[in-house]
Amino acid sequence: MLRSLITPLVLGAIYLLLSLLVYGGYCLDVSWETRSCSLAGWLVGLVILFVGVVVLKKHIHAPSPTLIRWVPIKQADQIVGILGPMLVLGLVVSLFAMADAYRNFQGNFWSLPSFRLIMLQTSVVSIAALGMTLIIASGGIDLSSGTALALSGVVLGLGLEADLPFVAAALLCVTCGTLCGAINGTLISFMKLPPFIITLGSMTIFLGIGKMIATDGGTVKPPAGSIPNWIADMVTLFPDPAWIAYPLLPNVAWGIWFVFGLAILAAATLNRTVFGRHIFAIGSSESTARLCGIPIARTKIVIYTLAGFLVGIGGVFQFARLSQGDATAGVGLELRIIAAVVIGGASLSGGRGSIIGTLCGAAIMSVIKLGCTALGLGNQLEDILLGTIIIAAVAVDQWRVRSQSASPN
Amino acid sequence: MQGIRHLLTTSLLNVTAVSKSYAANRVLSHVNLTLSRGEILALLGENGAGKSTLIKILTGAVRPDAGTVMLDGNPIVHGNTALARHLGVAVVYQELSLCNHLTVEDNIMLGREQQRLGILDRQTQRKIAVEALAKLGQPESWLDRRVSSLSIGQKQLVEIARAIAQNAKILILDEPTSSLSQQDARQLFDVVRRLQSQGLGVIYISHFLEEVRSLCSSYLVLRDGTVAGSGQLQDTTPRELLKLMAGRDIEQLYPARKQRQGECRLELRALCGHPWPDNISLTINRGEILGLAGLVGSGRTELLRTLYGLDPRRTGDIFIDQRRRSKSQDPADRIRAGVAMISEDRKQEGLAQSMSIKDNMTLSDMRPFSLFGWLNETKRDQCCHELKEKFSIKALSCDVPIWTLSGGNQQKVALARAVHQKGTIWLLDEPTRGIDVGTKAELYRWMAELAEKGDSLLFVSSYFQELLATCDRIAVISQGKLVEVRPTEQWTEHELMQYAMQGRA
Repeated sequence: MLRSLITPLVLGAIYLLLSLLVYGGYCLDVSWETRSCSLAGWLVGLVILFVGVVVLKKHIHAPSPTLIRWVPIKQADQIVGILGPMLVLGLVVSLFAMADAYRNFQGNFWSLPSFRLIMLQTSVVSIAALGMTLIIASGGIDLSSGTALALSGVVLGLGLEADLPFVAAALLCVTCGTLCGAINGTLISFMKLPPFIITLGSMTIFLGIGKMIATDGGTVKPPAGSIPNWIADMVTLFPDPAWIAYPLLPNVAWGIWFVFGLAILAAATLNRTVFGRHIFAIGSSESTARLCGIPIARTKIVIYTLAGFLVGIGGVFQFARLSQGDATAGVGLELRIIAAVVIGGASLSGGRGSIIGTLCGAAIMSVIKLGCTALGLGNQLEDILLGTIIIAAVAVDQWRVRSQSASPN
Repeated sequence: MQGIRHLLTTSLLNVTAVSKSYAANRVLSHVNLTLSRGEILALLGENGAGKSTLIKILTGAVRPDAGTVMLDGNPIVHGNTALARHLGVAVVYQELSLCNHLTVEDNIMLGREQQRLGILDRQTQRKIAVEALAKLGQPESWLDRRVSSLSIGQKQLVEIARAIAQNAKILILDEPTSSLSQQDARQLFDVVRRLQSQGLGVIYISHFLEEVRSLCSSYLVLRDGTVAGSGQLQDTTPRELLKLMAGRDIEQLYPARKQRQGECRLELRALCGHPWPDNISLTINRGEILGLAGLVGSGRTELLRTLYGLDPRRTGDIFIDQRRRSKSQDPADRIRAGVAMISEDRKQEGLAQSMSIKDNMTLSDMRPFSLFGWLNETKRDQCCHELKEKFSIKALSCDVPIWTLSGGNQQKVALARAVHQKGTIWLLDEPTRGIDVGTKAELYRWMAELAEKGDSLLFVSSYFQELLATCDRIAVISQGKLVEVRPTEQWTEHELMQYAMQGRA
């Protein structure tokens, strides 16, 4: 009983410590010295955590009998799984923050508004990436998530044009996303073609459908006043400070909390349900899963449909951010979604994936984007940095796979 | 002075105090080995004892932490496998490394092609290749055949010929007979004896003690990375060898069994697949162990897979406990009916390598721990811990990923899973392949216990001795067809081989 408390205790302590340190740098009108101190404290904390993670990782692969009494393997695995991707995110944030500190915090990178902006920019990608994590963990892939998201947004716009109340139109949007996912899942299960090919086709099909049904040259502008205030609040950069327990928890738009809630549900599904075990089994070794009587076709359909459901929700978010439905806004989005999952530590060959990793991966991409803007670097550098990180993440994954098969067996 | 000392010494290979550790894992510790010209040394030991690491040190692929390896007075240096090969160390592994699309001659000369100013010198090549084949006593007519057209036994000989063509002084054979028929194995032994008479030193790694006794002169047993014993084979008994390998006295490899059979549990009627099995009809009773004998590739795996629902069925019926099950070819259905399958290739199809021991053990039946899909991890932990104890699986925790376990322990996890899913009809496809002797003995005992409890077992093996010692009846399968099924007392090893090879008496 006590053992299961280890992970939440450790993580809770780390969170409290870091937020105390970081709080110093949150506010805009704090002196340079305070901000530098909080940044320095953050860096020290990162180094300590890094050392801890390395020790735990060694412990997992070659359990030492002394350490196992205090930290059982399962807890060590959980802690590493959560801290690992967060450390990488922390590292990227630190690099930009230090560069900004060097320039006297001109870019205001290490501040609450930046934090809010990063969260918001990540929101759409994060939601869709939750579903993509499930798909990639099962060994599949979905290239159509971007255009399906855009199509759902178009459907929402059309619903509003038809004078439906917002909630009904949003439900329509989510249904559209779910349907797209179900179509993908069915095709993949019953045609013996690789998911890459099938979703490549459906990606283009969804784009075509979106452009066809959109009324205003690929976009759908809803009538004025049809978007209620609470939707605008969902993705606002200036949330009303009264509604949340600031300063204990960061003050961001309620949409971000909604995303966190979804992420918790997704993580619970992946790690604590039978369905989650089936996902990993199919990704790790489909023939073993078949041998064990796991219903492969049915599970795959459910995975893709669930991912489609999340894409539909992402469509609502994107609509809220753009204030219109845009059929072409999804092109290229799927690559960012997949990149988020890969940077987060999932293996493209399946069997491995984590929700926290995906969220951190999505955040890393936004941090790079915002950091480059804050430092005055160009758009091009953004893309180069992003590409480098993706290659590094896949290289680390390959190295891990190789060291796994090179064990003396 | 050095030169005279070289001439005087007959020792070809001198391994002195070699040690190697991988992180905290001590794989080899102060290993001493000597090999003379014309000596065939049997290198014995359980899986994980350090044999493959030792071989890798001999070929220069791995650097020992301590100790030296001298071949004919020349040291073998890590990082230079080409040097080791040049000095005369050649290894033939279980997974052959041949280019299937090239001819035998090309394969023999691979890496040492003879050229004159960049142009291939076919004449010299042919001469060398013919010489190599002659040393093995094999016909020259092979040289122009494509390797893909050869049998596994012949392919192995091509690899040995390649080693000879590279002037090997030491030939290391790693489990050469595990995929060979008895006839091919005999041919291999003739070749090895020829090479022995030509002054080659041979290190022979195998799990099969009988063939080791018939071929080799000396032995060296590794256990947990140290030399547990060495000497001449004629001075020792198989039981002593087993004791050295396992570290404890294994009274006998095969347990005594009380035969007690009941009603029919599984019946196959004219089962046909795509294209194998070919019209097979069989029955298996309660408490019976039925052996399926045959050559590699004779269709026994296909029979099990069609039975279990992994492969589609063309015609015919499958009855389990008198209920027709053949309508649905679905492993989930068979699992519900109580059938458990341990497949041949457990790395690919039997275990999910990246998942933990706990996940692998419970994968086929999560119902006891699931509340509408939500997992009760405490119950799962408990269940796995019990299974781990019961099967004495060597691991510190049930949450470690399964790829960190040895082959024998991995197999135990697969068996634990089948026990967990409450299997009563067992389909075992080569369950002892690649398993160390200690685990094998445990496995045979456990199979006997299952049969005594009332389970039915279908045991596929290419090792006739094993089948004769453990089964109640043995069926011979050849080319997808059932040739003959008789009670074990009415079979001899010779007859089994005849039927398996020729498909008839």
